[in-house]
Amino acid sequence: MALLEVENLGISFGGLRAVNEFHLHIEKGSLYGLIGPNGAGKTTIFNLLTGVYRPNEGIIVLDGENIVGKKTIEINKAGIARTFQNIRLFKDLSVLDNVKAGLHNHHSYSTMEGILRLPRYYKVEREMDERAMELLKVFDLDKEAETLASNLPYGKQRKLEITRAMATDPKLLLLDEPAAGMNPNETKELMETIRFVRDTFHLTILLIEHDMKLVSGICEELTVLNFGQVLAEGKTSEVLNNPEVIKAYLGE
Amino acid sequence: MKKMNKITKSNLITYVMVIVIYIAAQAMVMTGNMSSLMQGLLVPLCAYVILAVSLNLTVGILGELSLGHAGFMCVGAFISAFFSKCMMDVIPMAGLRYFLALVIGAAAAGVCGILIGIPVLRLKGDYLAIVTLAFGEIIKNIMNILFIGKDANGFHFSTKDVMSLGMEPEGKVIINGPQGITGTPKDSTFTIGVILILLTLFIVLNLIHSRSGRAIMSIRDNRIAAESIGINVTKYKLMAFSISAALAGVAGVIYAHNLATLTAQPKNFGYNMSIMILVFVVLGGIGNIRGSIIAAIVLTLLPELLRGLSDYRMLIYAVVLIAMMLFNWSPKAIEWREKYAEKFKFRKKAKAEEV
Repeated sequence: MALLEVENLGISFGGLRAVNEFHLHIEKGSLYGLIGPNGAGKTTIFNLLTGVYRPNEGIIVLDGENIVGKKTIEINKAGIARTFQNIRLFKDLSVLDNVKAGLHNHHSYSTMEGILRLPRYYKVEREMDERAMELLKVFDLDKEAETLASNLPYGKQRKLEITRAMATDPKLLLLDEPAAGMNPNETKELMETIRFVRDTFHLTILLIEHDMKLVSGICEELTVLNFGQVLAEGKTSEVLNNPEVIKAYLGE
Repeated sequence: MKKMNKITKSNLITYVMVIVIYIAAQAMVMTGNMSSLMQGLLVPLCAYVILAVSLNLTVGILGELSLGHAGFMCVGAFISAFFSKCMMDVIPMAGLRYFLALVIGAAAAGVCGILIGIPVLRLKGDYLAIVTLAFGEIIKNIMNILFIGKDANGFHFSTKDVMSLGMEPEGKVIINGPQGITGTPKDSTFTIGVILILLTLFIVLNLIHSRSGRAIMSIRDNRIAAESIGINVTKYKLMAFSISAALAGVAGVIYAHNLATLTAQPKNFGYNMSIMILVFVVLGGIGNIRGSIIAAIVLTLLPELLRGLSDYRMLIYAVVLIAMMLFNWSPKAIEWREKYAEKFKFRKKAKAEEV
């Protein structure tokens, strides 16, 4: 059964048609890639999926529920979490607290219980600590739990962002250029982590990426976007050999 | 688990510091080593410390600028003084009356915070600074034209003068326009002030180190990311701001119940006062609660100790404010500071190894 179903999605900014008649069909548990030249509208589609922008037309169905018109926080609760192209961490919080902020809606106690330090505060905070450390271990960040997020090296900041998104326990994880700025070794390691996360947490992952090695290495299916429209879609190997796609990337 | 201990330890140091200062001040009063002028400053000092801590919640933790904190203090002061004066005969027990005045003053200031926050905190940018600046001035001016009297028929309001209240001859004027409220019971003491400081610290520190505090700080660090992980930005901004306003109201209650005559002058509730609280926060370190307390104490006592310079007070504040901003945020200064700190650490380590 399809986890995410997008039909006829479109948005204009003034006179610019950023996304037009976009469609997407992602099966549960798949690793799906969204690629395209610069300015093709990939991040705009992420912003549409997460409710940052409201589409002019079209439907987005997540697990049988239409999420068009919902706010970002509601969509996150419905099960979509994301990372950002330009890293957006809580830079003055520790690595552990970044992840615990992601656990906000899943481990809850009231503000009053927090101020008065009632037993529930200690119980839930302990649960949060344990869960956060568990997640950090997956991404090999557990040794840096006390470090300020802004003091992490670049590659680890990217990983921490994924960890934080994972903490919200999503059904669908959107990764916006997870390998940007990483060296080949880090990229390879990241590929393994992404695959590992998908398999252990039974996630569905949609990622935007320019690194073709990563795309061809882990994505099972692809959609190629050009000028806001779907240029090609299907199995990764087929799409990457499509002459139209090669033309869009390399020119005539 | 180790980190929990670190936070608890740091909080404990803050509480102990306040208590030690309290004991030292009490000892000085007892042994007669404190001038009467300084003794008179003790209660306002408690109010200033609470103001500094509460403003730090808005500026340092929430990351929004409020330039009208004296306005919230003013609301708390006048509402509670009004309440205490009306209830002086009804509730003869000073303790109970003061407690109710505190609750009412804090609630009134908190409600003002919510009313301002609902429209303004939805916006991005520095709108809160502009609106709170206006709020502070408006509240001060309203208090200057407000006349309220009470007689057998109940309350009378006017914004002109006492005559237009139209009271019966035996009626009593409670708020007398620019002359303010006279005869508020002087219930505030240094001990009560310190207890309220500790209570404020308890609320603020526990809030910061809880789930809600984490949400508030995540909004400060990155609003878009906070939304993307399902944190209700408006709710938590409003919560932090209204708690901050309510605590400023508590400071107002302490302040009002220490004065024979409560008037709304630029000196105590105006723009200068709001800036002075901001100076406490900036000088003590934005986001650093303990620092705010120390800065509030030092900056309240220094002018009294250096009376001769009182003409240049605002000038010196401005210069210090700019110097501190440079010291805290200029990349060159940070570089220099880190280098120096490293050297210091190294020396400490070397010494430890020698032993």
